[in-house]
Amino acid sequence: MADLRTNFAGIESPNPFWLASGPPTNTYGQVAKAFDEGWGGAVWKTIGEPIINVFSRYGSVDLGQTRMMGFNNIELISDRPIVENLKEIAEVKRNYPKHAVIASLMVESKREAWHGMVKQTEDTGADGIELNFGCPHGMSERGMGSAVGQVPDYTCQIVEWVKEVATIPVIVKLTPNVTDITYIARAAVKGGADALSLINTINSIVGVDLATFEPQPSVAGKSSHGGYCGPAVKPIALHLVSAVAGDPSVEIPISGIGGIGSWRDAAEFIALGAGTLQVCTAVMHYGFRIVEDLIDGLSNWMDERGHRTLADIRGRALPRVAKWEDLDLNYHLLAHIDQDKCIKCELCWTACEDGAHQAIRRLPRDNGGPVVEIIEEACVGCNLCAVVCPVQDCITMRQVPNDYSPVSWKEYAAGKGKLAPRSEHFHTATWASRPKS
Amino acid sequence: MPLSEEQLAKNFADIAPALTNDAALLEATKCLYCHDAPCTIACPTHIDVPAFIKKIATGNLRGSARVILDPNPFGHSCARACPVEVLCEGACVLNDRDEQPIKIALLQRHATDYVLERKLKLFEAGKRTGKRVAIVGAGPAGLACARDLRRCGHEVTVFEAKPQPGGLNTYGIAEYKLKSDVALAEVQDILDLGVELKTGVTVGKDVPFDRLLADFHAVFVGVGLGSTKALGIPGEDLPGVVDALTFIEHLKTHPYRETTVGRHVVVIGAGNTAIDAVTQAKRLGAAAATIVYRRGEADMPCYHYEYELAKRDGCGFRFNAAPQRIIANGSGAVAGIEVRTSSGNETIPCDMVIVAIGQGERGLVVPRNDPRVFTGGDCANGGAEIVNATAEGVAAAKRIHERLTNG
Repeated sequence: MADLRTNFAGIESPNPFWLASGPPTNTYGQVAKAFDEGWGGAVWKTIGEPIINVFSRYGSVDLGQTRMMGFNNIELISDRPIVENLKEIAEVKRNYPKHAVIASLMVESKREAWHGMVKQTEDTGADGIELNFGCPHGMSERGMGSAVGQVPDYTCQIVEWVKEVATIPVIVKLTPNVTDITYIARAAVKGGADALSLINTINSIVGVDLATFEPQPSVAGKSSHGGYCGPAVKPIALHLVSAVAGDPSVEIPISGIGGIGSWRDAAEFIALGAGTLQVCTAVMHYGFRIVEDLIDGLSNWMDERGHRTLADIRGRALPRVAKWEDLDLNYHLLAHIDQDKCIKCELCWTACEDGAHQAIRRLPRDNGGPVVEIIEEACVGCNLCAVVCPVQDCITMRQVPNDYSPVSWKEYAAGKGKLAPRSEHFHTATWASRPKS
Repeated sequence: MPLSEEQLAKNFADIAPALTNDAALLEATKCLYCHDAPCTIACPTHIDVPAFIKKIATGNLRGSARVILDPNPFGHSCARACPVEVLCEGACVLNDRDEQPIKIALLQRHATDYVLERKLKLFEAGKRTGKRVAIVGAGPAGLACARDLRRCGHEVTVFEAKPQPGGLNTYGIAEYKLKSDVALAEVQDILDLGVELKTGVTVGKDVPFDRLLADFHAVFVGVGLGSTKALGIPGEDLPGVVDALTFIEHLKTHPYRETTVGRHVVVIGAGNTAIDAVTQAKRLGAAAATIVYRRGEADMPCYHYEYELAKRDGCGFRFNAAPQRIIANGSGAVAGIEVRTSSGNETIPCDMVIVAIGQGERGLVVPRNDPRVFTGGDCANGGAEIVNATAEGVAAAKRIHERLTNG
C-alpha cells in the first residue's frame, strides 16, 4: 500500500488531500466531519474583519448533462467574528492533532494589523498560515486579496511583515489574474514565504440571462465578476503550477489548487510539482466523501505503477515541460483510423476538412465499407481527428520513423541539424478529400 | 431440424453483453452520485452503488470492484443475474426524471470483470483464530458466509453434495445470463482464501449432522431447496416430462446439442424458473414453447421483465388453464396435455412437458434451536435471489464471528 503521508514545508498530514479555503471550511463542524471522512488537512475559510455577504453568490457553467463544469462565486471571506473562527481552529487542532489545520488570513495592508492577526492565529495551535492574496472579487475593491497579489512589491512587503512575527510556516496563495505568475511567486519568496499555493479563482462572468439581460449570478438584477473554478480551470492551474515549480528561483513547496475532483487530477498536479492538493468545488458539488476515492484511486494507481511514496512521483512531469523552441521538429506523426472500430459519424472529416488540414477523404456510404480514410500525404499529425473521435482508440496517432536526428527550432534556426523531409501536399490536397465519383 | 452450433452459441450468448470501456465511462459519468442513494438501499447487500460508479468514472476499477465485493462476495454473478429492474435500477432517481436508470448491473459487471479477468486478489484471510466452522451447501449463501469467516480468520470447511460448488449459480441460472465457467471462477476466488471444499458429500447421508456439531464450533446451513414439486396428475412419470431444474442443469453442464428438447414444449408454471425453462427450450430450437398456467396473466409470480423477455423470444402463454393429465401416444411418449379452462377441458398437443411449479424443501433435519447452528439462503427464505442468499450468508458470518469471538 502506497505511503501517502505528507510533509509540506514542515506541516505534516496523513495524506496530501487538503480542503481549500472556502465554504466547506467555514466551521468546526464541517472541518471535523471532513477529517472524519479522511481529508488530510484543511485551510480554514479566510479570516479577517467580518464582512457582509450578498445572498445570491454562486453561478454554474453546465456542459450538456454535466453540472458545474465551471463554477463561480462572489462570496467574500468569513462573515463570522475572528475570535469565533480562532476558537474553532484551536478546537479542531486539539481534537485532530495529526491533521493539517491552516488558517487563511486577510486583513488590511497595515503592518500592525498583520502582526496582530498572525499572533492571534498562532495561539490557536494552527500548523500554518495561508495568506489570501488571491481573492479576485469584492475584497480586491477594498485593497485586499488579489489587489495585493497582483503587485509583486505589495506581495513581498506583506509577506515580510507576516514573517517578522510568524513562527509557523507561511503559505502565500497566488492569484492567476496576472500576466506572469512567476513574478508574484518570486516576490513571495523574496519576502520569506515558506510555501506557495495556487491557483486562486479566475475573474469571470458565468453567463447572462437572455430573458432579462442579467449577468449571473444575479443580485437584484445586477452581478459582479466572480472567481471562476471547478473542472474547467484545471488546465490553467496545471500550467501555472508547472510554471512556478519549474522556476529555478522558486525552491519552496507548492500546494496545487484548481479543478481537482479526482485522484487522476491530483496525480497530474503532483507530477507537475505539487506537494499537497487543495480541493473546494468538487466538495461543494459532491461532499467530503469524495476523499475516499481520491485516496483509494491514488494509492491503487501508485501500487500498480510501483510508486511507494509521493516523493517518487512529485515533479516527474516537470522536466518534460519545455519551451516550444526546444521541441523536436523531426517527430512526425500520422493519423490512423481503425476501420473496425469506426462508427461512421464522420466527425473527424468535418473537423479536419473545415478546421484543420483537409487530410481526410470521404468515401460513399452506400459502399458499405469505410466512409473515411486518411490522406497520408496531407496529414500533418495535428491530433484533431483523434481528439474529436467519439470512439476510444479508433483514431490513433502513429509515429512515422525517419533517419533524421531530433532537431529543435532553436537548433535549426541556428543552422544546426537537418529537417526531415515533409510532404509537399500539406495544404494543397483539398481536391483529394472530395468524395470519389 | 436441430440448430447449428453457431446458432446455439448465438442463442445462449450473454443477453446483456459487457460494456465497452467507452460506454462504461459514459454511463458512469451519468450517475448523479446521490447521497443515501435509493439504489444502495434497494440492494439487499447494500452495495455503495454511487461510490463504485464514481470509481469507474475516475478509472479506479480495482477500487470499484472492492466497493462491490466487500459487502457482496457474489457481486459478479449478481451483476449478471440480479433482478435489477425491481432492485437498484428500479430505485434509480433518474426514473423519476423520466429517463432510463443508470445501467448499474452492467457497470457492476464492468468493474468485477476487470478483477476477475486479471485474477486480482482484493481480500485476504484474517489472522488465524483456531475456530472451525462447517458450512453445508456451497451455494451463494454458504460461500458468502465462508468468505467472510475466512476474512475473520476462522477455518472453514464446506460440504457440497454436487460435484461442483456454486449451487444454482453453477447449475441453475439461465445460460444467457450466467455461464457456469464464470460462476466457478467467482467461486474459485472465494476458495482461494483458504476454504476447504468437500464436494460429493451429502450431509445427513454421508456425514451425520451431529458429526459436524461435534467437530466444528459452528455450523452454517445453506442447502437451498429440494427438487421440483410433483404435479400430482396422471402422466407425469412419462418419458418426455422433466422438471425445470433438471432440464436447466443438463443444459448448463453439457454441450448445447446434447440437451433434448421437444418440438412442441409446454412449461407448467409461471414463476421465474418457468420463464428460464421456456426461453431456453425455445433457444434450444423448439418450434413452439408455451407456458401453461392455471391462473391469469396478472397472477404470474415471475417478474414483469421476464414475462416480456419470454414474449420477445416468441414463447406462448396459456392462462387460466389448469393441467389435468399428460397424455401419451401409442408408443408411450408425451402427445399432449389436457387442461381445464373456463370453457371446458381442452388438449394442448406437445411432445415435451417441463414442470416448473416450485421446489420442495430438503429433507435435512437441522436442530434450528441449537445456538451453534445458523441458516441462510433459499432453505431459510423459501427461495429468493442470489443477492438475498448472499446477504443472508454475509449476515450469518457476522453473527457466527460474534459468537466465536465473544461467546
